[in-house]
Parts: sequence; C-alpha cells; structure tokens
Amino acid sequence: MVTLNINGKEHQIDAPEDMPILWALRDIVHLTGTKFGCGAAQCGACTVHLDGQPIRSCVTPVASAAGKKITTIEDIHNDKVGQAVQAAWSEIDVVQCGYCQSGQIMAATALLASNKKPTDADIDAAMSGNICRCGTYPRIRAAIHAAANKL
Amino acid sequence: MNAPANISRRTFIKATALVAGGLVIAFSIPYAKRFLLPGAAKETAGADPNASKLPAPNAFLRVGTDSSITVMLAHSEMGQSIWTTLPMLIAEELDADWSKIKVEHAPAAPAYIHTAYGIQITGGSSTTWSEFDRYRQAGALTRALLVAAAAQELGVAADSLKTENGFVLSGDKKISYGELAEAAARLETPKAVTLKEPKDWKIIGKATKRLDGPEKINGTAIFGQDIHFDGLMTAMVARSPVFGGTVKSFDAGAAKQVKGVRNVVKVPSGVAVIADNYWAAKLGREALKVEWDLGANAGLDSKKMLEEYRKLAAAQGLSAAKAGDSKAALAKAARTIEAEYVLPYLAHSPMEPLNCTVKINADGCEIWTGTQMQSTDQQAAAKILGMKPEQVNMHTMFLGGGFGRRANPAADFVSEAVHVAKAAGAPVKTVWSREDDIKGGYYRPMFLHHVKVGLGADGMPVAWEHAEVGQSIIAGTPFEPVMIKDGIDATSVEGVADSPYVKGIANHSVALHTVKASIPVLWWRSVGHSHSGFVMESMIDELAHAAGKDPLEYRRALLKDHPRHLAALNLAAEKAGWSTPLPKGVFRGIAVHESFGSFVAQVAEVSVSKGAAKVHRVVCAIDCGLSVNPDSLKAQMESAISFGLGAALQSEITFKDGQVQQSNFHDYKVMRIDSMPAVEVHIVQSTEKMGGVGEPAVPPVAPAVANAIFAATGKRIRTLPIGNQLA
Repeated sequence: MVTLNINGKEHQIDAPEDMPILWALRDIVHLTGTKFGCGAAQCGACTVHLDGQPIRSCVTPVASAAGKKITTIEDIHNDKVGQAVQAAWSEIDVVQCGYCQSGQIMAATALLASNKKPTDADIDAAMSGNICRCGTYPRIRAAIHAAANKL
Repeated sequence: MNAPANISRRTFIKATALVAGGLVIAFSIPYAKRFLLPGAAKETAGADPNASKLPAPNAFLRVGTDSSITVMLAHSEMGQSIWTTLPMLIAEELDADWSKIKVEHAPAAPAYIHTAYGIQITGGSSTTWSEFDRYRQAGALTRALLVAAAAQELGVAADSLKTENGFVLSGDKKISYGELAEAAARLETPKAVTLKEPKDWKIIGKATKRLDGPEKINGTAIFGQDIHFDGLMTAMVARSPVFGGTVKSFDAGAAKQVKGVRNVVKVPSGVAVIADNYWAAKLGREALKVEWDLGANAGLDSKKMLEEYRKLAAAQGLSAAKAGDSKAALAKAARTIEAEYVLPYLAHSPMEPLNCTVKINADGCEIWTGTQMQSTDQQAAAKILGMKPEQVNMHTMFLGGGFGRRANPAADFVSEAVHVAKAAGAPVKTVWSREDDIKGGYYRPMFLHHVKVGLGADGMPVAWEHAEVGQSIIAGTPFEPVMIKDGIDATSVEGVADSPYVKGIANHSVALHTVKASIPVLWWRSVGHSHSGFVMESMIDELAHAAGKDPLEYRRALLKDHPRHLAALNLAAEKAGWSTPLPKGVFRGIAVHESFGSFVAQVAEVSVSKGAAKVHRVVCAIDCGLSVNPDSLKAQMESAISFGLGAALQSEITFKDGQVQQSNFHDYKVMRIDSMPAVEVHIVQSTEKMGGVGEPAVPPVAPAVANAIFAATGKRIRTLPIGNQLA
C-alpha cells in the first residue's frame, strides 16, 4: 500500500512501489487525463506536477511520491497559471487529436510558473520534451505567449 | 458545388421517429465504386441499407426535445477537426443554435458508408468534400420538417416562416426546434429540399472553434486508451521480433508469478499476457519466455534491400505511364540529368499507442477503439468470432492520431485484440507499448526512384524516364482488385505517373518495380505522394539549376497550363517575398504539389550551420476549392508541415538481422517544438472543385527544405532523412 496525494486528495494505492505514477493514476485511480505515450520519458504525454515540478509520470515510481503532492490535468484549473494556460489553449484553439495536450498544458504551466515572460527560445527549451505528432507547436508557442500576457 | 441539390434525384431519404422522442434523419447515397471492397459490394448492392437498420442510431442527426442537435459523425475524429466541420454543414442548413450542437461518432453501419469509397473509412483527405452534400442535405431536410411542423401548429403557410438560431419564426412568435421535434417526426418527408446559396452562408467559410477543444484541454476527452469498466483487464502481446516469425514454444511460469497477471494465452500473433493493469501486463510480458521460429525473414537487412532495389531500377519495369519515345529523345537531348532518390521506411507513431478493447457477449461483441476503418475492423472481428458483422458493435473513440496507421485493411490491432479476448474468455483491452508500435510494422514503404531527364537547348525538359522500386501497400489487401490495374498499384506511382511535369513532356516513361517483401506496409499521411512529391519537386529544382534558371520561374513555365498549381505557387512566392533579400545565411527553397484534389505550394527559409539545417519559416499556400473552416484548414497545414518536415529531417525505420533497429522516440526521431519553423498559411480564394486538406501539405515540405539546402550549400539532398548528411 502506498499513500498518494493526488489533486489534494489522499488515495490508498494497492500497487508495487516501482509502479510508475502514470499507471497508478490511470489504472488504479482511473484519472485518465494523464496519457501514456512512450513509457520512457521521451514524449512528455504523461507529464504531471510533483510538488509543482513537472515530472514524467511514466518513469517515476509511486514510492517517490510519498509525502508529496501530485497535480494532474484534472485539477490544473485550480491553479492560477494552469487556468491561464487552459484559457489560452482555448483562445488559440491549439488542440488537434488532443492526446498529448494534457502533458503539453502541464509542461507549459510549469514553465510559466517559473518564467513569467518566456521567449520562443525558452519555450522551445522547456517544451522540447513534449512531442505532438499533430504538430500543434506553432499554436503552443502562441498560446504560451498569450497566457504569459494575461498573467 | 453551388447548385442547389434536388435530393430526390440521387438519394433515398427517410425520416423516422426516435423512440426517445425527437427527430431522426437518415439517408444514404448510392455508392460510388472507387475504393469499394468486393465483399462490401455483395453485402449491400441492391439493398436500401437503411431498410432494416432504422431507427435509433442509424442517422446523421437528432433533434432532441430539449432543442439539442446531436450530429452523428460517419468519420473518425483524429485531429483533423471533422468533429466541428461536419456539424458546421448541418448547422448551416438547419439554422441551428451552434451552442446546442453535440457530436457523436456513429457506429459501424451501412448508413455511414463513405459516399465515394463504399466502406466506412476516414482517409484520403476526403471527409469534408465527400460529406459536403450529404450533411448539408441532412440539415436542410430537418429544417424543412421543423418548418412544416410549425406551419401546422400555427395554421400558416410554411413559406411564411423563417428559421434562425434554433427557432422557427412567425412574425413576432418563435417556437424552438425542441418543441417541434416530435411533431416534425410524424410528418412525411419532403421529396426535395433546396440548399442555401453560398452567398447566404453564415457558418460555412467562417473560422470556427473546435467543438472538441474543451474536453481535450481539461483531460476529459475519452480515447480508446481511456476505456475502463469493471472486470476489464489489460493485455500485452509478445510478438515475433522478426516479421512472419512464429511461436515455437513458451513458458508462462515466471510471467504468472508476477502480481496482477491473470492469464497467459497464445494468439495467432504471439503470446498475450493478461493482467489487472498495464504495469502488471508489462512486467508479466518481460518475465515471459518465448522461443521463436524466426522464419524466412531472419536475415532481412534494409541496406541489402536497397542494393537490390538499385539493380531492379536498372531493369525493365512495368509501365505506369508512357508517351512518345523517351530513349530516342534522351539520346538527342542537349544534356541529360540523372539522379537517384531514396526514401526510407517510416512509422506513423501516433501519440496514442495502438489499443483495442473487446467484450464478447453471448449474442454479439462490443469493440471500443480509435479506428479509421470501421467496416474492415467489424468484418474481421465478425469472422474471428463466427458472427455476422452487425453483431459486432464498434464504438469509435477519439483517435490519438491516425495518419493512416489506424486504417488497416488487415485490421491487425483489432483482430489481435479480438483473439486475445476470445482466448481469455474475458473483456480485455489489448495495449501496445511505444516499442511495439515502432517495431510492429505497417510502415510507409521504402522507395527508390531513378530519374533521367533530357533537356533541350533552352534548358526545358524534352524527355523524362522514371523508374520506381518499392513495396505495394495494396497488394494482398481486399482493395487489390480495384486499386491495382495491370500490376500497377496506383498509390505507388501517384504524383509521378500523373505529374503535370511528366505529362507535359512529349516523350516520357514511368516504370514500376513492385517488390514482394515481408515487411508490413501501409498508407502513411499523403501515401505515395509522401515520396513522389519529394522526388518530383527536387528533380525539377535540379533541372532549373542545370538550366541556370530561377526555380520559381522554371516551375511557372512548366505549369503554365495548370492554373491551380500556378495559383498556389504564385501566392506562396508572393507572400514569402521570393525575390526579396533574406538575412545573411538564410536561403529559400520552393515546391508545389497536387495531391488529394488540392494544390499546395511552400517556400521554406533555411540556414545551414554546424552540419545541421535549421528551418526558420515555411510559407504555405493552398487551393483546395472552398474552405469550410479556414482555421482548421490552417491547422492542418501546420500539422502536415510538422509531420512531413520531422520525417524529412530525422525519421527512418531500418532493418538488420531481420529486426527493426529503432524502438522509441529517442531513436525514431520525430518533430519536436525546437525544430518547428514558424508557419504562415495563405488560402487561395477558389471556387474550384473541393479537395482535401489533411494530407496535401505533407509532400511539398521535404523538397522545399531540400531545395533551400541546395541554395545554401550546393549539396543536393537525394536521400531522406537528411540526418547528418550536412555534417
């Protein structure tokens, strides 16, 4: 049994300690907004926040989250920056297939939390771990700038 | 496009009351035969496909008593925004309240068969043009019924009534569509309806936000991967490391020791480990011991294959196009230019790894998956289970990307999941890992093109000899009888055999060598154009430089009788400022290519330093006829440029000792944000025939960039990916 604090709520998880947070979220708590894309920290679809820091939940074991706070896409609207990012995503109409967008939004929120006015180069550096096969990258850049302007 | 359609001439229409109240509109259009599956033809020919299927879900839209308008999508939403575009067509004619629109994927049923292809499919960049009439007619018919119901209720003539934003208006009275739905459902269907004139459109042609945006932004959109219900287990399948290999023996002992593993079963494609969740299935599969008979392909090597392709290109191939005497014309040419182009195997690698959930019941089967080809999946599942296709209920989920991978005539990932659930005797979601996806086949085939062109004294081409070598994506599929003629797979030679450049030269020949190989291949976004576009537009650039002419002017001269190519080319060149100076170190390349009925030109701005190309900006112009939703059209241009450019820069699947050498995104490299150029999209204002938008911006990007690299460095890129060729 591992206790995870997910979106402000404690969950008793019956899972081996090495189970990645991703699968605890998806298969045990059934919070499916966080996506499986590569299982190897190569694509960023699984990005969640651990104590506010963006992590790849597909390679981060549940044991390492003990005593920490996990925030997922389902709760990011309760964060001021997350809300601005989601609003900008809507305004720019970023999404296409949508599968990677939870991870993109979590990564963008973490970027803006630490860098209030990122340049294109900052955005490229912070977001290059998040693959979008639909190529929404130009709109992701535009939406991050739009969110920064609102904050 | 703009003539009001008389539905009765070409469609059978039925309206019927829905049990739950409200109005259902369903109709079908006689099938065109272009891609028709022979099997599908037998099952449906001569029958009104709605006859036995109505009422309930077999329909294009429902008007609820709460005034909601539920649009049923005959096609799959995989990013291309048809979740919004098709409802726009209905809402336009219906004068609907856009805020009341709901959307659902339709089930697999004859009513939803593609109006041109004859099976239920999303592909070929065809959804919007193929549904442009059908969905507008559904909207117009529904409006006519609602108006008739209002006329009856108010005791006035129908033609005295107007409709607006979900209401029928009579003087200062207004009645909501919801209030009229039940009465409308009892009325006789009109024989014909008149569609709006384009000048009266309020929605079509206006940039419209995605209806699936909110749920994809807050994480609530449900993809196939997200399906969950009590009792559902997760399976992973151990498959042969070599295509065509088979299980010699397996030892499930250690796998069954893994906590959460419930069962290990043999299926035709390998051995499935079935567990409580993905993590347990993955650990179980790692613990599983399988001895494989690797079969005949254990020595497969893509480098050796390429050598074979090279030899084949020099031999006599099957003729795909021929005019005049290219040999004689080449011999007489002022000079000849000869080049070999090579393009690799490519994986689609959609972000959502393949998955399929199957629940087999006593009298049928439920399938939840993201698919682009419901008909073949349904038929394949039915065959495995000994059921009738209609006993297999397909639930199409949002697709986390498709790019062709989820439109497989072999129904591979659906068939496998059905086998797993059948063998397990339980509902199972079969999930592929990223490694499974990249190693699992159904690639864009490797192609080699050998091109020899004769130029006249004026530098213009007088002879064109072209040989292509590659696997056919159609051979061995049910599409073969229709799509392969005289041994020529039309998708192998599209973009070459029908090229305006080639056809404009009096002496030309295009030959095809179709290689039989065991590597599973499939259409990959833009299909044959994904290689032919690169070859043709690179070669034309080579000729322009050989002739000492400006690449834009050279194309203009060759395409002078092709106004739609020219319109796109000129708009892209104008917006890019083709002849204006660029910052130091930045160079331009241009390309134009027709595919899927649309014409796309692109100008790429590229610099090369430290052995790598940096693409700064791509200016894209498209003539696709009418643009129904200009913003989603722009998104598709951006998307295709990212997809095509990522592949051109870095992607390839290679084989050694029978095995795929790539495994995940660290070695199968795709576009990331730090390599993504700025993209500018311009739409040619056009009243020409509608074409597609999902794919046509893929073909021009690789050659536009390669041509810019030539301008920058003098090095001609003839092999993709560009990789480290500039080092």
